[in-house]
This record gives sequence, structure tokens and C-alpha cells, in this order.
Amino acid sequence: MSDFPQASSSGWPIPAAESNSGLLSWLTTIDHKRIGILYLLTSLFFFIVGGLEAMAMRTQLALPNLKFLSPETYDQIFTMHGTTMIFLVVMPVLIGFGIYLVPLMIGARDMAFPRLNAFGFWLLICGGFLLYFSFVAGGAPDAGWFSYAPLSEKAYSPHAGLDYWALGLLLLGIGTIAAAINFIVTIATLRAPGMTLRRVPLFVWTTFVNSILVLFALPALNAALIMLLMDRLLGASFFTAAGSPLLWQHYFWIFGHPEVYIMILPAFGMISEIIPVFSRKPIFGYSFVASSTVAIAFLSYGVWVHHMFAVALGRIFISIFAASSMLIAVPTGVKIFSWSATMVGGSIRFTTPMLFAIAFLLEFTVGGLSGVAFATVPIDWQLTDTYFVVAHFHYVLFGGTAFALFAGVYYWFPKITGRLLDETLGRWNFWLVVVGFNLTFFVQHILGLLGMPRRVYTYPNLPWWGALNMISSFGAVILVFGILVFCVNVVISLAFGTRAGNDPWDAWTLEWLTESPPPSDNFERVPLVRSRRPLWDQKHPETPDWRHDPSEARER
Amino acid sequence: MRGLGPIFNPQSPQASAIAALFSNVLILSAIIFLIVASLVTYSLVRYRARGRTSEPRQHFGSRRIETIWTAIPLLVVLILFVVTIRTMAFVDAPLNPDRPPDLVVTGHQWWWEARYPNGAVTANEIHIPASKRLLARIEGADVIHDFWVPQLARKMDAVPNRPSYIWLEADAPGTYQGTCSEFCGMQHAGMRFLVVADSDADFSAWVNHQAEPLVQPTSDLAAAGARLFDLYKCSDCHAVAGVSSNVTRGPSLAHLARRRFLGGELPNTPQNIGRWITNPQSIKPGNHMPDQRVAAGDLEALTAYLAALQ
Repeated sequence: MSDFPQASSSGWPIPAAESNSGLLSWLTTIDHKRIGILYLLTSLFFFIVGGLEAMAMRTQLALPNLKFLSPETYDQIFTMHGTTMIFLVVMPVLIGFGIYLVPLMIGARDMAFPRLNAFGFWLLICGGFLLYFSFVAGGAPDAGWFSYAPLSEKAYSPHAGLDYWALGLLLLGIGTIAAAINFIVTIATLRAPGMTLRRVPLFVWTTFVNSILVLFALPALNAALIMLLMDRLLGASFFTAAGSPLLWQHYFWIFGHPEVYIMILPAFGMISEIIPVFSRKPIFGYSFVASSTVAIAFLSYGVWVHHMFAVALGRIFISIFAASSMLIAVPTGVKIFSWSATMVGGSIRFTTPMLFAIAFLLEFTVGGLSGVAFATVPIDWQLTDTYFVVAHFHYVLFGGTAFALFAGVYYWFPKITGRLLDETLGRWNFWLVVVGFNLTFFVQHILGLLGMPRRVYTYPNLPWWGALNMISSFGAVILVFGILVFCVNVVISLAFGTRAGNDPWDAWTLEWLTESPPPSDNFERVPLVRSRRPLWDQKHPETPDWRHDPSEARER
Repeated sequence: MRGLGPIFNPQSPQASAIAALFSNVLILSAIIFLIVASLVTYSLVRYRARGRTSEPRQHFGSRRIETIWTAIPLLVVLILFVVTIRTMAFVDAPLNPDRPPDLVVTGHQWWWEARYPNGAVTANEIHIPASKRLLARIEGADVIHDFWVPQLARKMDAVPNRPSYIWLEADAPGTYQGTCSEFCGMQHAGMRFLVVADSDADFSAWVNHQAEPLVQPTSDLAAAGARLFDLYKCSDCHAVAGVSSNVTRGPSLAHLARRRFLGGELPNTPQNIGRWITNPQSIKPGNHMPDQRVAAGDLEALTAYLAALQ
């Protein structure tokens, strides 16, 4: 390490790019902004792929006993839909936003390890490629995104799909861990002068906590994937009936439940940035919001068995996990109340990012409450593995995370591109997605109550099943139109959008201090940070936060 | 709430206890949602900017309010935990019971096998006596399945080499729909079954008849069918004798004529038996029954034999 000259403020020398434009400059880039954009574009691409897979499923399920897809194809499609949306869309898009925004928000010039940053992105590309290559290598994986053994073993899934699945996820997992290490070091060491950990923006705070989650959760998956590969390729017997099929479930969910929070904590962070700016008030109870994030992360390691309540594990064992799962509702509730209370007494501006944030708040509450129902063990004994679960996690991951991401794109697009997204198209985007999403997924709660299991390629013509599935599929079509409007808006605004200027929303965090898009070294000069809202202090020298914010006062 | 489907139309003490708990949780959730939604709606209406450009009063939070809204959910969760534990104790069978089960149900790709203490074996239509709490042992033969009859009992995963137990009970005679609830491969969707609750007398008659040995064919055609059944190697996978047989690769066909459905879903008619024999993949694509290339002339005899297995 000491061989390198200490040239830049990030501690690492950043070689001047050979050129600033052209394909090659993007392929070889180590600039966090470009890598962030590459992550975002990659996840948008896979979002469209995963969305098409979802539409194929909704077409097959529109009526009872349809033969649009064979059961074989359907199993591959739903496995790929879940795997794609989780590993190739939600995780990379959140990492992408983090990579783009974190250095800007903390006043740094780049991530701590720019090359590791690029390495993580290229692992994403390789992992995604391996996963999709399975389609031409004998068939895609077909055991669902959690690939329960022994169904995922060679005896029951003999073609190579699951080998590609395991290898692809292994690469993605390593890439994600690389990004997490990078975030932790960046946030720990590269903050602007004066920006203590109690003053970092909440998006940075959630990304920091999230990275710690990743660091301890992903290795469990990676280890299990290697064992699965040994079973499948070398004839080992970790998870076969002769070994322990339940061992796979423990490993998978020790990763898989923290994973659920990995997919939502940064979204919480975005909402915690956006609601205050458009309510024109600071977040209500910063330290409660920040510490509830830590509480959620801590608890999330101790709840994995709630995915296994339908297995006979012993009542006391299960009770402990029921208790920890219910407890998570408390810090989550704190966040929901804090966001709501931030709006009270504000001066609310109904911009598109704010609309998405408000819808997030209500939809995520629905998803959170149905989550509490699943922690109530006897209810889980009826509803797990039904469409009620499908409804529940789509309310969390689409109604929650995806809505927060739409809010985030509308909010930060002007910073990234220099142009605002069109507000009229934004309204169309918003209303179509709200109506489409709720139509698609709300009725799935009822389908679960009616007894429809998840992961079925077709279903018998029982009372209401056909009608409700038709409504769900119809909602999905509306959702597609909403997303089309979004894509159109991005393309049109990129070319003709209103110029944003440095700070179109009159916001308070450091990324709005610099130009839009930011120059390659981000900032000419970073001011001394004296509170959580450095730009507020700058704009309101007569009433700066550091004089009024009670928590800051206590710190001094 | 019965319109909301089988979970809210419970037909056993155990399912009723779950439904009652669930109703309470739904009401509680609705109240919490309404509180959040009202707070949000109030803010949106009351505090909309409406062109105002001046900044509102900057309020950073209140330790007291934050503590209150941490404490109240904690209390709610505590109460919920207590009722959860109580319902669990009532609903759930012991992990290691001290008596032999009344019934053993085994999940196979993609059918259900049921065995009774008297040796009776059947598939996909499980008879039980009404108003009796039975101890059912759930097993998995190949991959993980899940035994679920929403009106009667909790669902239970059928894990290979790891038997588990549930209480299976029905308040009154009737027919109850069941399905596999853990993804288990291509015909997961087709792994539906029935639980038939009979009166005591009907159940004893059924289970005793079920345990009777092989029904001898009464017509020449059926007798020819019986020979073909061995010739086409149907007997390698399917048992036809009533009492315990170790042939479990395919569902037992003992007393097939008394069942309502074939393969869980197809009405049991001689015509449908013929369809199943000639092209099983057209009915349940992916199932493990190979095409035995039964000659057209042999089909009639085979069907006659199976349809006569009273």
C-alpha cells in the first residue's frame, strides 16, 4: 500500500481518465458517479426482463387451467423472476444509488476504493450473464428463488440450471460484499470536516447499516451455495434426504431474512431524505430514526426461522423467533410515525417524488402489518406459501422499495443528469403505477385467504379464483403502462427536460451544493459541516440548525 | 367473514382457534392502518403548501412523543405474543407424541399416500371419522411437500426423513379440500386432495373394506385386464391389494372404483381411467408415469379391471 503516492483526498491516487467520453471510458471508469449510473442502468434493464417474466406469469394465471406456459417453463420463469428482481434489480439499484450518492452526500471525491467499486459492478454483469446463460445451457433454474433442497438437488433438478444459479449468485454475492466493504470504509473515513456520524444524511446512515448487514449475511448464502454445488457436482450430501434438507433452509434464511432488510433499509433512507425536503421541515426525531435502523438490522439476524414455521421445530424454539419477529414491528413503527409526523406542521409540496413517498408510506404500512400477521405463528400455519405471502412481500418490495426508488429517481435524476423529469408525465407515471400495483397485489391477499398456494402454474376453477386472478392480471397490465410512461419520461427528459441547476428542490444535503451533473471531482470546496443540514445553515445564516436543533446543542 | 374463504369457515376446533386469532389480528391491523392513514391524510390536507414559499416552523422532534410511540407498539406486540403462544399450544400436536399415530400421510411427487393402523392404504382421498381428534403423522417421500387442509388444521411441511405430527379433526361429516403448500416441482399445482369426514359407522365400514385383500375380477374382460396389469408392468409402481404393500412409486389403486377423483382432480369414470392410461402426460404434465404404449385393444380390458376394483 505504501508504494502508492498519496495524491488525492480519498487516500488513493485516481489516475486521470484517458478520455472523458466514448464507450471505452465507460467500460474502464472508476469514477463513482459513472459506476453508479452503470449500476442503475443495469438494474433498469433487468427490471424490464424481470417484469416481462412477471407478465408471462400473470398471463398464464389470468384464467383457470390455461396452457399458455407449460409447467416446466412456468417453474423456470417464476424462479428467474424472483432471482432477477432480488439479485439483479433491487440490490444493484440500491447499491447504485449508494455508490452515486454517498460520496456526494458526505462531501467526498470518490469511494474509498474506486477499483474495488468497478470490480463489484463487473461481477454483477458476470453474475447476471451466468444466470441468464442457463436458458441456452439446458434450462433455467426451476426450484424457486430459495431453491429448497432436496428439490434443488441433482436427483430432482438434473439439468444445469441450478448450477448456473448457484455460480451466478456466488459472483453477485462477492460483488455485493465488495460494495459493502467499500461503503463502510468510505463512510467511516471520508466524511467532510465536521460531519460526525450523528450528522450524516439518513440515506448514508441506512447505507452504512445496510453494508454491515450485507457483510454478515451474504457469507452464509455463499457458503450454502458452495455446499449445494458440491452436492450437485461432486456427489456430496449436505442437503439431500440423507443429509439435512433443513440445514439448507437455516443457511438460506440466515442470509435471507437480513436480505429482506438489505432490500428496504436504503429505501427507508431515501424516504427519510425526500419527505423532509418536500414538507420543508427536518425529519422528526433523527436519532430515533437512525437508531431504529440499527435495531432493525440487529433483530434481523434473529428472526430467520419465521420462514420455517410450517416445519415442526418445537414450540419453544418457534416462540423465540415469533417474539423477535414481532419485535421488529416496533422500530419499523417508529419510522412510519416519524415520517408521518415530519409532514405535520410542514408546508407540503406535491411533487412527483413526494407523491411516491406518500404512497410508499401507506403501502409499506400494509406490507408491514401483514408481516406482523405472519409473525403470529398460528396465522402463518394457515397462510405461509399462499398468495397472501406473495401479496405481503410485494407490498414491501414493490409498494415499499420500488415506490421509494421511483421517488428517488424523480428526486435525484436532476442531480445525475442536470435535467428535471417532466412533472406531467410524472403524474401519469404515479397514478398508473399506484392503481396498477394495488389492483395487482391487493386481491392476492384474498386469493391467499381462499386457499390458493403460491408457485402453482395453474389452478382449478374454484369460486372467485378465476375472477380475482383476472383482476390481478388486469392490474399488472396497468402497471406495465405506468412503467412505460416512466421510461418515456426518462428518455424525453434526458433530451428536453428543464435545466435543473444545482439545487432544484431547495434541499439541504451536500449533494445539492455542487453542479448538476457534478464535475468529476465532485466539489471545489466543501464547507465545514456544523449540523445535519449544511445547506440550510448556508441559506439561513440567521437561523442555522446548529443553533436551534436541540440534539446538536446537547452534543456540544 | 365466511365469504373470505376456507380459513374463515373453519370446521375443526383447531382451525376455529386460528380463525379467531386471525380475525383479531385483522381488526388490530385495520385500526393501526387507519391511524397512519388518517395522520397522513390530515397532514396532506391541512399542511399543503398551496403556493406558500415561506418556510414553516422548524421542528426537530420530541423525545416524549417518540418514547410514547415506541412504548405503545411494544405493549401491543407483547399482548399479541401472549395470545400467539396460547393459540399455538392449543392448535399444535406434540413434537414427539407418546402414542402411535391414527393415520400416516406421506407426500410423494405428486400425490398423497394415507395409511391406517389396520393396514389400509389409499391415495389422495383421506377418510377420517368426524368429531375425533386424530394424531396424523406427516412424512415426505422425496422432496419437501406440505399437507394443508385450511378448514381443518394447520399446514405441516412433509420433510424427508423427518416425520412430524398434527391434530386432524373435523366437527361434522363432510368433504374438505386440501392441497400441497410447499413448492415440490412440476405438478405442485396438481397435488390436490380431499379429506372426507364420515360418521363413525361409515368410517369403520370404509376403513375395514379398504383393508380387505385384492378384489377378484368377476368378468372375463376384467380378468384379462388383471393379466395385462402385470404384463404392462403397471404393478411395478401401483399396488392393487388393500393391505400394506411396499409398492409406493405410484399411488395405490386398491379399491379405486370407490374414489371420487383420479389423480386428485379428474372425475373417476371408466373413460377418464382410459385417458389416464393412454396419455398421463396430457392430464398432469410432468408426472412420473411413463407412457406404457398400451395397445388400443388392451385398453378396454385394463379399464374394466380397474373400474371394477370395488
